Amino acid sequence: MKYMLVGIAFGIVFVKAEIISWFRIQEMFRFDSFHMYGVIGSAVLVGMISIALIRQFNIKTLQGETVRITPKVFHKGQIYGGVLFGLGWAITGACPGPLFAQIGSGFLVVGVTLLSAIAGTWLYGFSRARLPH
Amino acid sequence: MSFPEIIRQPWPWYVAGPLIGLTVPALLLIGNKSFGISSSLRHICAACVPANISFFNYNWKKEAWNLFFVAGIALGGFLATTFLADPSSIRVAPDTVVALRTFGIQDFSGLMPADLFAAANLFTLKGLFFFVIGGLLVGFGTRWAGGCTSGHAIMGLSNLQWPSLVATISFMAGGFAMTHLLLPLIFKLVN
Repeated sequence: MKYMLVGIAFGIVFVKAEIISWFRIQEMFRFDSFHMYGVIGSAVLVGMISIALIRQFNIKTLQGETVRITPKVFHKGQIYGGVLFGLGWAITGACPGPLFAQIGSGFLVVGVTLLSAIAGTWLYGFSRARLPH
Repeated sequence: MSFPEIIRQPWPWYVAGPLIGLTVPALLLIGNKSFGISSSLRHICAACVPANISFFNYNWKKEAWNLFFVAGIALGGFLATTFLADPSSIRVAPDTVVALRTFGIQDFSGLMPADLFAAANLFTLKGLFFFVIGGLLVGFGTRWAGGCTSGHAIMGLSNLQWPSLVATISFMAGGFAMTHLLLPLIFKLVN
């Protein structure tokens, strides 16, 4: 599968840039290193330029379709949920992507974190109607 | 320095960041997919424990590409660690080392602190906070926010979506609050 190949490349970059490291996340939140800010900032910049080029030259997908991106709609969950995720990010040292890469790198206990994250997602689905959005 | 040696070094941000950024056009051009990882957790729920919850009642098979993508990330992590590992240990910023030592973290040799991410901690207070509660917050928070660092901070900002900017600022706010206000308390409790 093509998507798996992109994932593999992505996982290798994650490990080699050490952004799956709990230490690097701590450095970021403590302002002790520019590394993570540089990674995220330059990734956004490259993503922005790519999307601008795709739109400008109307570049089609491999199947010849026009590229479609669903716009994001604002709701309050982006604030509440965002803060909760931030709290979890700083404890676990991982966002969802790095969780998978950490497990692949042999930190098998992170499997528990992943299961817990799946449980958290399920809990959100379960309580969704009662949460502010 | 030979090419394999260069590859084995930790990659600087100006190499890694742009490569991660290129995932955005790669997924769009391969099949019109918007970059995002936390939705994989939702698809796993939908596939395994839908429990008649409307949020998990959709055709997850149509989104299966995302599961192949995250399986690839795990495999990439394995390949990089097995074949491209850096022989020297990670160099953590001196100020961070000083701060973490006061929390009782002694081992700075691996990507993850062995003082926390060891199987021996699974059924202790450390495990409860760093794996279980941490994981719950990540899963619950990303879904409520409608995305994580990849979906909001990278894909959303690349696409100039202001709700993603709000989400990204909230991610950072939560991270700062945990690091500076709560982690000192948690470490006091678990040590």
